[in-house]
Amino acid sequence: MKRFISFVKKEFYHVFRDDKTLLMLFGMPIVLILLFGFAVTNEIKNAQIVVCDYAKDPASQEIINKLSVNKSFHLKKALLNHSQIEEEFKKENIKLAIVFPTNFNEDLLHLNKAQIQIIADASDPNTATTLINRATAIIMDYQKQLTLNSNLPYNINPEIRMLYNPELKGATNFVPGIMALVLLLVCVLMTAVSIVREKENGTMEVLLVSPFNPFLVIISKALPFLILSLINLAIILVLSVTLLDTPIKGSILLLVAESTLLIICALSLGLLISNNTKSQQTAMLLSMMGMMLPTMLFTGFMFPLENMPVPLQVIANIFPSKWYYIIIKSIMIKGLGFSAIWKETLILLGTTALLLILSLKTFKKRLE
Amino acid sequence: MIKEVVIKTDKLTKRFGDFIATNEITFEVYAGEIFGFLGANGAGKTTAMKMLCGLSRPSSGNATIAGFDIYKQTEQIKRNIGYMSQKFSLYEDLTVLENIQFFGGIYGLSDKQLKKKSNELIDILGLQKESKKLVASLPLGWKQKLAFSVAVLHEPKIVFLDEPTGGVDPIIRRQFWDLIYQAADKGITIFVTTHYMDEAEYCNRISIMVDGVIEALDSPINLKQQFTTSTIDEVFYKLARRAKRTENLK
Repeated sequence: MKRFISFVKKEFYHVFRDDKTLLMLFGMPIVLILLFGFAVTNEIKNAQIVVCDYAKDPASQEIINKLSVNKSFHLKKALLNHSQIEEEFKKENIKLAIVFPTNFNEDLLHLNKAQIQIIADASDPNTATTLINRATAIIMDYQKQLTLNSNLPYNINPEIRMLYNPELKGATNFVPGIMALVLLLVCVLMTAVSIVREKENGTMEVLLVSPFNPFLVIISKALPFLILSLINLAIILVLSVTLLDTPIKGSILLLVAESTLLIICALSLGLLISNNTKSQQTAMLLSMMGMMLPTMLFTGFMFPLENMPVPLQVIANIFPSKWYYIIIKSIMIKGLGFSAIWKETLILLGTTALLLILSLKTFKKRLE
Repeated sequence: MIKEVVIKTDKLTKRFGDFIATNEITFEVYAGEIFGFLGANGAGKTTAMKMLCGLSRPSSGNATIAGFDIYKQTEQIKRNIGYMSQKFSLYEDLTVLENIQFFGGIYGLSDKQLKKKSNELIDILGLQKESKKLVASLPLGWKQKLAFSVAVLHEPKIVFLDEPTGGVDPIIRRQFWDLIYQAADKGITIFVTTHYMDEAEYCNRISIMVDGVIEALDSPINLKQQFTTSTIDEVFYKLARRAKRTENLK
């Protein structure tokens, strides 16, 4: 055990003394999260909006004023008819439409309850959600103002419609995608490179001549990356929850367990690559080509799988990232439990077992 | 006086397909001896050495290392040997002290032993100031001396050195050999491959391999008499000239 600890310690030294490794390990997920998160949401300034005011009363005017003063919005025009809205969305670069029903103020004052409709272009789901949140905040602000002045419980009820993409697909989808990408890339690449580096430096021979068990060599090499990947996972989750408002609806424990499975899968693949390569460059290229590209293409987080030609859809099934992506989406976004994802988990487990056996076999063969 | 045999091979052979890298080599190495293992590139030295260290499985033949069988008792063998590879075999991104502690650690030395050993070693090598520096910052000669000291840290019976002095200047090589003599004085058997014929002269006995076969094996003096030459260099040249293999056949 003591031997094992000194080995693992050494592996951590390797990681923490190599700026490139560190950058890759922790820089990449942060950059990816920020890039994906804010490249989409960044430009929400002066978003073009239209209003359709059937009420034309003080309350609606006040709200429209508040909206147009806000930096997020730019009031493009006021429409006369509801039916023009769709046309405006198609024709102009409009992000949001707000509809006030007739008797808005009357309802509010007499019934203490009024409806307001917010329609968003959800083809860009991140922007849509953010804009709706801001518009709702402005309306709620007005409502608060009213309640302050009198004791009556005024209640404005915004009814929200997402145009084109009612399920808001894509909004939080990229977070599980990035998780798959980062975990796979980090684990496959780092393990492969760190083992091949020992071969290149001739230290692998020294290790194999020592009484230290060769399989423990592999385990000690993999363990630090397992730990670091879990830390990475935590960073991604914290970033996406705090900065991007991505929910984690399901069990975090399940999420971590499934991620650990993917990490082990990736570590096995890394080992397999390292067994069959002699130089760090080859290992790096193979991991990049073998992991990054298919993960981006076939996971479904960048390009929807449903739109792909059938042969490509079939190919996508080979990659563990696809199944992991489905699993994580189900847990994080839909809040489903294990019963909903056991099939995918089984596939992932099978792939992992296969890769692990294959890599240990080739490793053993190389020893002889 | 009966000499204790620490390495004994009997028709040890390694085949890679049709190619016979080492062909039925049979020899003995005695305890405390400095045994030079010579041969041109591709003669099969490294392959033979790898088999003896347990890095490569022989195709046929037998061998015992420190009294343990090469097929069945690899674990015991590993505990009793040290190894320094051709490529310089320390971690460049670890400090001197960390390297010593790591290699001591994987050989299962206790904390107390490790502390004592690393202090000793740093004193002997005169690396007090450098002990907390990364190995990458040391000159090559120092690295090689350190690598050797690390290879014998766990006091093995036999240490295998695979061309340990490649690429360093004569002064450093001389100092390196001082270390080897010190280790041999302590009773450690040295099994060394080399390209430098002056180094061959330092050995107690040398063997010369040609085309996977041991062509000569004796003390440097006897070999020179046998081949009626004044230097090992000429002995080597006479033998190696017969080689049919060249490096690119490897």
